[in-house]
Amino acid sequence: MVSVAKTLQLRTSPHVTSGASVDLIMRHVVWALVPTALFGVYAFGLTAAVTLSAALASCLLAEWLLCKWSEQPSTLSDWSVAVTGLLYGLTLPPGLPVWMTMLGGFIAVGLGKHLFGGLGYNPFNPALVGRAVMQAAFPVGMTTWHAAFGSGRFSSVPSSLFTFPFAAPEYTDALTSATPLAAWKFEHNLAAASDLVMGFTTGSTGETSAVLILLGGAYLAARKMMNWRIPLSIFVTVAVLTFALHLASPEAYPTAPFMLLSGGLMLGAVFMATDMVASPMTTLGVVIYGALIGVLTVTIRLWGGMPEGVMYAILLANAVAPHIDRLVRPTVYGTSGRKA
Amino acid sequence: MSNLAWIFVSAVLVNNFTLSYFLGLCPFFGVSSRLETAFRLGLANIFVMVITSVCAWSLETLVLPHAPYLRLISFIVVIASTVQFVEMVIKKLSPALFKALGIYLPLITTNCGILGLALFQTSRGYGFFEGLVFAVGAGMGMTLALVLMAGLREEAELSDVPKVARGIALNLIIAGMLAMAFQGFAGLFGSAA
Repeated sequence: MVSVAKTLQLRTSPHVTSGASVDLIMRHVVWALVPTALFGVYAFGLTAAVTLSAALASCLLAEWLLCKWSEQPSTLSDWSVAVTGLLYGLTLPPGLPVWMTMLGGFIAVGLGKHLFGGLGYNPFNPALVGRAVMQAAFPVGMTTWHAAFGSGRFSSVPSSLFTFPFAAPEYTDALTSATPLAAWKFEHNLAAASDLVMGFTTGSTGETSAVLILLGGAYLAARKMMNWRIPLSIFVTVAVLTFALHLASPEAYPTAPFMLLSGGLMLGAVFMATDMVASPMTTLGVVIYGALIGVLTVTIRLWGGMPEGVMYAILLANAVAPHIDRLVRPTVYGTSGRKA
Repeated sequence: MSNLAWIFVSAVLVNNFTLSYFLGLCPFFGVSSRLETAFRLGLANIFVMVITSVCAWSLETLVLPHAPYLRLISFIVVIASTVQFVEMVIKKLSPALFKALGIYLPLITTNCGILGLALFQTSRGYGFFEGLVFAVGAGMGMTLALVLMAGLREEAELSDVPKVARGIALNLIIAGMLAMAFQGFAGLFGSAA
């Protein structure tokens, strides 16, 4: 009997798989993010390293505690929480007090992910939920940016980083500077496209270098671990809209390359909007979803009160995603109407 | 941007009644579990909002200058009875429409969103057409919030939500996340209020 069991295996389908699993894909996403994270540390120095580590540590800790309390097998080893933690850290301004960073990390994993049942159920991107709460709770901390490539960035950190928990941080103006988007919005200063591509500007830890983000995205797309149609749809929408607006009134609106390369659009489009759970399922669905993110981003950036709107655009599109899935539901094979 | 368009966009997105003013939350949580019913409640909301706006404008121009102390009570009584009256007319004239919208009308008539609309409209000094646009915008904003909420709730129903969070707790948190996402519209087109 034992020898029979070896040759005759009883299994349900699928019998042929590509070998993809949650932890394999998530591990590759982490690798794709490593260049961006390393550049963030290089550009902003020790501060960025502390912010990234605090974000990662708080997310991992929250995942471990919540799995333990809910008496479920630990999901730490599937790397998904590492992706959440890393992405969350990359969207934060370096120099954000560590206690704020960690609070947001707990919220991202606790409210954004585990409250809805854990991996595979989150309606919103967990990292962005954490960031949105931070933006609402600590608007000053979240919009105080430290200049990139400061001279003493590897020897000292700003005092704001280690503010006592629940105390307001103090910032010195000498260290802070405006992001390209804020500079355009409030001072009408257009940053050079070459600086934006390479990342020689200020901003959140991981949003400055467009080329490294695209490199990571291309790697994931080539390995079929990311739906490239989502970022493409976002980029095309933003480019077309901005190009048309700039053509109509070059004075009032920035150029298309500036809109594409500045702020969190690259990071958001490539790594956040492509969240497998929170985005629609069909090809037509993701194209609509991407276009919606593009339109909302342009609307909030150009006419809204805030310089940056990618985070809100993605969260809103996440909320619309179930409706997009419903609208573009494919016809059931063998039936003619949409209602099978 | 023209004044009417500004009022409309502001009521739908920037100062969404449900997600920014947190008005009319009882029907928002009560009837958002199914998309179909949520959408119909939204339509009924637009309908009642328009009636409210007309009532509030008529009261404000015809009656209240003579008796300003009657504002709150007259708004409530007149709006509620007008909606009830319209409900009876619809029931008689179009049973199909009544079936689609009628059952929601009593649910909305006496909620804070309706009174809020009447009060905002008078305190901002809107004229007749401004009030109508404001009412349609506010109703559409509530519909938008209801539809988004229903979509998310239908998804959450299929999820493995932990026992402590199931039900109203999760719904409140989802609504909070939606409200956070709507914060992105703050200050749209230079709107402050």
